[in-house]
Amino acid sequence: MGLKKTNRHLLLNDLKQNRSLWAMLIPAAIFFIAFNYIPMGGVILAFKDFNYVDGILRSPMVGFENFKFLLLSGKLWNITWNTIRYNIVFSAVGLVLQLSIAIFVTRVGGRLYKKFLQSVIFLPYFISFVILGSFTYNIFNYEFGALNAFLTKLGLERLDVFGNPDCWLGIMTFFANWKWMGWGSVIYIATITGFDPQIYEAAEVDGASIWQQIRKITLPMLKPTIIVICLFDVSRILKGNFELFYNIIGDNATLFNATDVIDTYVFRSLTRNFNVGIGSAVGLYQSLFGLVLIVTVNWIVKKIDENSALF
Amino acid sequence: MNRNQSHAAFNIAGYTFLTLLALLCLLPCLLVLSGSFSSERQILTIGYTLIPEEFSTDAYHTLFKSIGEVLNAYGVTIFVTVCGTLAGLFCTAMTGYVLSRRNFRYRNQVSFLIFFTTMFSGGLIPWYILMVRTYHLKDSLLALILPSLLAPFYIFVMRNYVKSIPESVIESAKMDGAGEWRILVRLILPMCVPALATVGLFIALDYWNSWMPALLFIDDRAKYPLQYFLYRMLSSVRFASVVSAKSGVPTPDLPNESIKMAMSVIATGPIIFLYPFVQKYFISGITIGAVKE
Repeated sequence: MGLKKTNRHLLLNDLKQNRSLWAMLIPAAIFFIAFNYIPMGGVILAFKDFNYVDGILRSPMVGFENFKFLLLSGKLWNITWNTIRYNIVFSAVGLVLQLSIAIFVTRVGGRLYKKFLQSVIFLPYFISFVILGSFTYNIFNYEFGALNAFLTKLGLERLDVFGNPDCWLGIMTFFANWKWMGWGSVIYIATITGFDPQIYEAAEVDGASIWQQIRKITLPMLKPTIIVICLFDVSRILKGNFELFYNIIGDNATLFNATDVIDTYVFRSLTRNFNVGIGSAVGLYQSLFGLVLIVTVNWIVKKIDENSALF
Repeated sequence: MNRNQSHAAFNIAGYTFLTLLALLCLLPCLLVLSGSFSSERQILTIGYTLIPEEFSTDAYHTLFKSIGEVLNAYGVTIFVTVCGTLAGLFCTAMTGYVLSRRNFRYRNQVSFLIFFTTMFSGGLIPWYILMVRTYHLKDSLLALILPSLLAPFYIFVMRNYVKSIPESVIESAKMDGAGEWRILVRLILPMCVPALATVGLFIALDYWNSWMPALLFIDDRAKYPLQYFLYRMLSSVRFASVVSAKSGVPTPDLPNESIKMAMSVIATGPIIFLYPFVQKYFISGITIGAVKE
């Protein structure tokens, strides 16, 4: 009690002393309370049978019914597995691509052409996900798509990509990395550029070839960065990619078993099936799971490299 | 293999790899560009190709006839981007500045409260219901601006940058009797121009490419931003259902396929032109953001 009192006293004092600084935090405080903290209270919807007449507060409680439905219908397992599967492949392919880009960009000779290539590889980050939808339509559309136009020209059979669930792991991996690899490589490039050049000079004097330098110096020195980035990828394994999946797949029900991830499922339960309770239950499950993962990962990262921990 | 040979091999491997990736990055863009300049007949008979087999600017002509709606969407996007970026950048800078101040006792607690929002959220649905029922943002341009006004990542980029300014600069200004607001506006912000440019461009790009808030909240066609306008066009079977047949052209003759590609080009154009000038700011932004404390 006494401790609490002094704490409150300190806070009040600081509010008075640093009035202007606290005032500068007002917009951020309003923003995060209104758009992040108040909606957190809405997780109660996961335990309710929501209807628009009664609203969030007065809709009847149903306990764990929503979760039970999700478990029994097998839906939860399906979307969880899809989300994890896609994220693992995205990250693994991304790691190899980003590392290769970074190693080559930092070590190949020449300047202008290299700068140009790096710019082109970074360009997709600027292109909106809606345009990605336009790309996939252009390439894979059954009747007019560039792929089928090409196959027909060669005298081969047309492919029905949008009707075939098996193609999508590859296609999504391609576009996810298309969009992010330039951005992701920046971190590795910055880390490599920060290495002491004397190490390489010494290796050069000792007669190490450039391949040996990469295998014996660059990669081992990058190891902490790689581990930390992989761990944070793990903490996001149940998250995201809504914009990617929704623009490319949209509401194509033939592909749902293969391409429905948590975020698209939640979105459809809000906008198509009007199943607010079920959607909120999935959302809460994703958030809680994500929180546990990131706290665990952060704890591991702290053990490996104190400086890279998030908190 | 001697040294020179291994160097040469490395360079060849590196350039081949990077060139291949760069080509893959450009390929979809070229396909869309080519599609927008292909005749409708070519697309219907042969399909989209890498180089137009029958060159035509019909798609752009048709778009030009209903230029009003395209310009309107441009107007909405520009308005949202300008307002959102200015307001967002100012709030980000202010928050980042406070969190960088060593004599601000609660900086770690406040930072954590901001950071926590990236680890746990109520999810899309409670947020949506609150936006619509409590804040009454349905069909309001504010729904496009407010939700992405502040982002923890940009606040921390800003904080890390201000931290690199020596505390003594602020101390001496205080000695001269300057208040916190004066220090921020007159002293700190001018010293942070590189970081402000970087964060401002990040925010602007987010607003320019944003379509999801419009998908959720905007029903009024006059308030469609550019990306959402394009999204509707791509997802509707016929272009005519988005752009009304005001142009006077009977709908069956409208170039439906090439026009989707032309609209994609028009929506992305400005970004591609700005890109060479702004990319270095983005690279420095990712780098500052990655440096902790």
